[in-house]
Amino acid sequence: MKLKLKIWRQKNTEEKGHLVDYDIENISPDMSFLEMLDVLNNELIEKGEDPVAFDHDCREGICGSCSLFINGRAHGPDKLITTCQLHMRKFKDGDTIYIEPFRAKAFPVIKDLVIDRSAFDRIQHAGGYISVNTSGNTQDANSIPINKNDADMAFDAATCIGCAACVATCKNSSAMLFVGAKVSQYSLLPQGQTEATNRVVNMVNQMDLEGFGNCSNTGACEVECPKGISLDNIARMNRELMKASFRK
Amino acid sequence: MNTFFKSSIGKKLSMALSAIFLMVFLLQHFLINITSVFSESLFNLISHFMGTNPIVQFLLQPILIGGVLFHFIMGFILEIENRKASSVGYVMVDGKKNSTWMSRNMIWSGMVILAFLVLHFIDFWLPEINYKYIEFFPDDPNRYYTELIHKFENPYRVGAYCFAFILLALHLLHGFSSSLKSLGANKIYAHSIKVFAYIYSIGIPLGFCLIAIFHYYSNV
Amino acid sequence: MKNKLTYSLNYRKPKDQYSDNDQLMVCIRYYHKDHKNSKAKIIKKSTGVKCKLSDWDKDWHNNPDRSPIKSTDPNYIEKNKLLKQKVDSFKDLYFDSFSNNGYSTELSANVPTGPLENKWTFHKNKINLVSPGNKRSLDVIVVGTGLAGGSAAATLAELGYNVKAFCFQDSPRRAHSIAAQGGINAAKNYQGDGDSTYRLFYDTVKGGDYRSRESNVYRLAEVSANIIDQCVAQGVPFARDYGGLLDNRSFGGVLVSRTFYAKGQTGQQLLLGAYSAMNRQISRGKIDMHNRHEMLDVVIVKGKARGIIARNLVTGEIERHSAHAVVLASGGYGNVFYLSTNAMGSNVTAAWKAHKRGAYFANPCFTQIHPTCIPVSGDHQSKLTLMSESLRNDGRIWVPKNIDDVKAIKSGTLKPTEISEDNRDYFLERRYPAFGNLVPRDVASRAAKERCDAGYGINQTGEAVYLDFASAIIRYGSEKAHIKGLDKDDNELVKKLGKEVVKKKYGNLFQMYEKIVDQNPYETPMMIYPAVHYTMGGIWVDYNLMTTVPGLYAIGEANFSDHGSNRLGASALMQGLADGYFILPYTIGDYLSSDISTGPIANDTKEFIQAEKEVKEKINYFISNKGKYPVDYFHKKLGKIMWNKCGMARNKKHLKEAVNEIKELRELFWKQVKVPGDTNEFNEELAKAGRVADFLELGELFAKDALIREESCGGHFREEHQTLEGEAVRKKEFQYVSAWEYTGSPKDAILHKEELDYENIEVKERSYK
Repeated sequence: MKLKLKIWRQKNTEEKGHLVDYDIENISPDMSFLEMLDVLNNELIEKGEDPVAFDHDCREGICGSCSLFINGRAHGPDKLITTCQLHMRKFKDGDTIYIEPFRAKAFPVIKDLVIDRSAFDRIQHAGGYISVNTSGNTQDANSIPINKNDADMAFDAATCIGCAACVATCKNSSAMLFVGAKVSQYSLLPQGQTEATNRVVNMVNQMDLEGFGNCSNTGACEVECPKGISLDNIARMNRELMKASFRK
Repeated sequence: MNTFFKSSIGKKLSMALSAIFLMVFLLQHFLINITSVFSESLFNLISHFMGTNPIVQFLLQPILIGGVLFHFIMGFILEIENRKASSVGYVMVDGKKNSTWMSRNMIWSGMVILAFLVLHFIDFWLPEINYKYIEFFPDDPNRYYTELIHKFENPYRVGAYCFAFILLALHLLHGFSSSLKSLGANKIYAHSIKVFAYIYSIGIPLGFCLIAIFHYYSNV
Repeated sequence: MKNKLTYSLNYRKPKDQYSDNDQLMVCIRYYHKDHKNSKAKIIKKSTGVKCKLSDWDKDWHNNPDRSPIKSTDPNYIEKNKLLKQKVDSFKDLYFDSFSNNGYSTELSANVPTGPLENKWTFHKNKINLVSPGNKRSLDVIVVGTGLAGGSAAATLAELGYNVKAFCFQDSPRRAHSIAAQGGINAAKNYQGDGDSTYRLFYDTVKGGDYRSRESNVYRLAEVSANIIDQCVAQGVPFARDYGGLLDNRSFGGVLVSRTFYAKGQTGQQLLLGAYSAMNRQISRGKIDMHNRHEMLDVVIVKGKARGIIARNLVTGEIERHSAHAVVLASGGYGNVFYLSTNAMGSNVTAAWKAHKRGAYFANPCFTQIHPTCIPVSGDHQSKLTLMSESLRNDGRIWVPKNIDDVKAIKSGTLKPTEISEDNRDYFLERRYPAFGNLVPRDVASRAAKERCDAGYGINQTGEAVYLDFASAIIRYGSEKAHIKGLDKDDNELVKKLGKEVVKKKYGNLFQMYEKIVDQNPYETPMMIYPAVHYTMGGIWVDYNLMTTVPGLYAIGEANFSDHGSNRLGASALMQGLADGYFILPYTIGDYLSSDISTGPIANDTKEFIQAEKEVKEKINYFISNKGKYPVDYFHKKLGKIMWNKCGMARNKKHLKEAVNEIKELRELFWKQVKVPGDTNEFNEELAKAGRVADFLELGELFAKDALIREESCGGHFREEHQTLEGEAVRKKEFQYVSAWEYTGSPKDAILHKEELDYENIEVKERSYK
């Protein structure tokens, strides 16, 4: 395959970036998208140019590092996958591919396609945990039976990989799907009830502080989420916050 | 509570609450208007009641105006905030693959509706206020129907009226279920909400248009 | 400072006058090389040990083992011990004359005495504690934030220590533990199938082919149940049955169901659990988290680990961080093979730097090759994807019986589904009827390789076998049909119902497979092939998880202790969390208790400045080197050497070639590597260059270790040592841990042996038949 790439290049956070055109040949349809970029980078290095920086690690769709906005969509044209799971067979010979970083004011670009997602970490610091000591001296794991439905829903919410596709694809750069998933996981489980009130309030406050936008229920996040996290989690977070606010 | 409404979710919730209030009002407005198709006297009767009842006039009317203003101002504030949060734009965005046109363009459909409302105010509300509270014309319980008919004589006016309602339909198609989601509607109701949203969002604006067209043709 | 030991025979008369039975002296010399003066000078000549000429191995200096006594000598161990004792006599010399960073040549695992079941309890009761007030004044550095590092950092912070945690990823949550799919073992016996601590211990030691330390494994089994309690309390959403209780599945190499799981994402859920515990401490200000930082050296001050040198991967800044103790939780080194199921960033650098600073590296050749991975599709491949072992619960592994069918499949004229049952070779079920498709990983991998080597591989490269779910679909389908009272003979209906069940169990894995291979595994069997997955070897640690450098600890995959020569499925998560939550936080207190009055560690001492200088020099070297090839070029080449010559089956000839080829490649690397960009910016190629440089040294030690281990055990299979049926032949004389001491280059590494004694378990032939 022969492709034309339009890749966002930006030296660092301060400098302005722009799209740069690259032509690339001999791409096999069996390659993953990131392997295609590997090929490009090795060509660039041999030519003495600066390779394109992008985040990636596990390359099996679970670590949440990769974060490319491909042809106008977070993680590219395929559904329910991350960029690293996208394969070149989804493109045609001669295609032009736009590659941009995930964008939001809360996620400054570090270099080229690498962004700083530490805002997500800080939201989690604000309340993404159950306050239990790690002594192991807790009650037996089976002493609290949990309704399978709730357990499954909590699990579905917990599968979020924190890649930020939801923010990237949201026209408002809202982080509600991410925060909603985290709040849901704990609010669905009995273990998380004791501090549910503080958790949701603190996490939402931190989310607002980071400068994410407001949710307008377009549902784009749900469609682009590589793990299929449901919009219901946002509704659940809204309920939790209301409950928490009225209880206070 | 105070901090709650300052949070992003609080703002979103207040947006939803004002929307629901406006949708209830819209339904009520529609039900009154539709009587004009069947019975001139019933329409006059209800209109007169609405126009002269002090509770409606001095309590509900200001609340309504407040609701409308709140919904619009909040809508603009949120739009500005959201644009700030996504200040660095993409060169290439393919929004239609993951969301509806309506959901992405609420601000535009909203602005058309706002423009319509301004006209509607100039057309209806200002003369009404003028009639009742400035000129102190004598109370005429039968003037409402003729005034209404008079409004729908001009085909351009009817066209603009219908255009505004088409955009209102689009606004509602996203807004109806969106407001319920903001209120935290459980997903088990998702299907019924969707069906109801379609009926309401298409039915009511379509009804308004049909009323306008009906009177236009019965005049001709 | 470089040190070297040599041995020679001390002849007292002309050589030809000696008969084989004459006694003469093995002379041990200790060379100390001063770094100012590159010429070696003899410091001390020892007395030596007596032996017969016939005991003497004439080829010993070609043998990386460096023991001059023939390994075939009946008293080999005895005599070697004598040699070792003599070597130990140098110990004082090391300390007194050269204050050589204080490492000892002695290898004592510090296993507490007493009966196996009570060792850990007694030990915990006896070791020194640090008072809560004093913990506040003690700093601990944790490198790596996977299951082991994350849980250790959280627990240490919770106890009151000041923790500085480091990870190279942009968030602790992205450590590669997150990719573990199948599950975590725990001896809970919720299923009532006779499980117990002893059984988990027994299975792990047997699964590890009797190359793990008994006391450590027992402790692991003992605390395993606590892990599940802990994780549930933290809100980890494990799979549950309809009664709301925890569900279990079965994994390879065991006869009970003790694996807890969260669909195919158990690692993710457990890591997020540990990450949430970390978040709690970060928000309390007890953990100072450093994301996008890579450790590039460990700093030793007066013989103790007192800090690290790290590079900020965003700004390129080199930073000095001091602490009272350093914990390495930096994972395994599977990426030495280039292609593995590890993450792209997984590397050996932290562990290797520790090794170079005096920590012994144990059993580097023990690598796990996981049987069920998606086969390589071409040269462009950057990593391999694992398909969870849990698939072997229901999937059946086969190749065609007839070579003609194989050819027809390769040419595309025959579909696997068209081959009748009679013409299929379910080779695992055939060879190992008792365990069938659930034999341990090493056994399953080798069996697949054996079939492919015989020409039965079913893809274009000839390196793939089938993993078939057709019979599971039918089985589940007819069960469901029966339950629902539907027609069991309606094939379509049964298939449909069966697919639904399979989808519920393995849906996400099937989807992952389809995305990569572009084939629907519900309709046609999956293609799988073994791939490098986990490294049992790692930094040598004692019972307290301390390395040979005082104050330097290694936990999780980075250490070597629990899995012997083969790890059982779902045990890696167990070990990582056990080390981090329940073991290290206790044992580290014993060491730190002597440090309570030390006060803060300064990071501007000469040791720190020197280490920082060395790191900077190396980085500058890469940037200024005028090479031709990018880092990947060398990494891929290294991977090919490792896979072809140190892979699933190894032999002397290949291993010797590997040692030389890796050395040559390393030399070429330093001459020809091309690193673009600058030092003071985000520069991934620069980070990669440092990692590959370390892999190129580790690779040589790996091959050397595989060379001296003249036996087959677990993941280490030497073709010279197999039965007629191709089963591994383990040897009693290799019942030891090979711990390597760095002395300047991998080829000069000195072997130390930790003999493994099994008092509570009978060492038997490992049979899964």
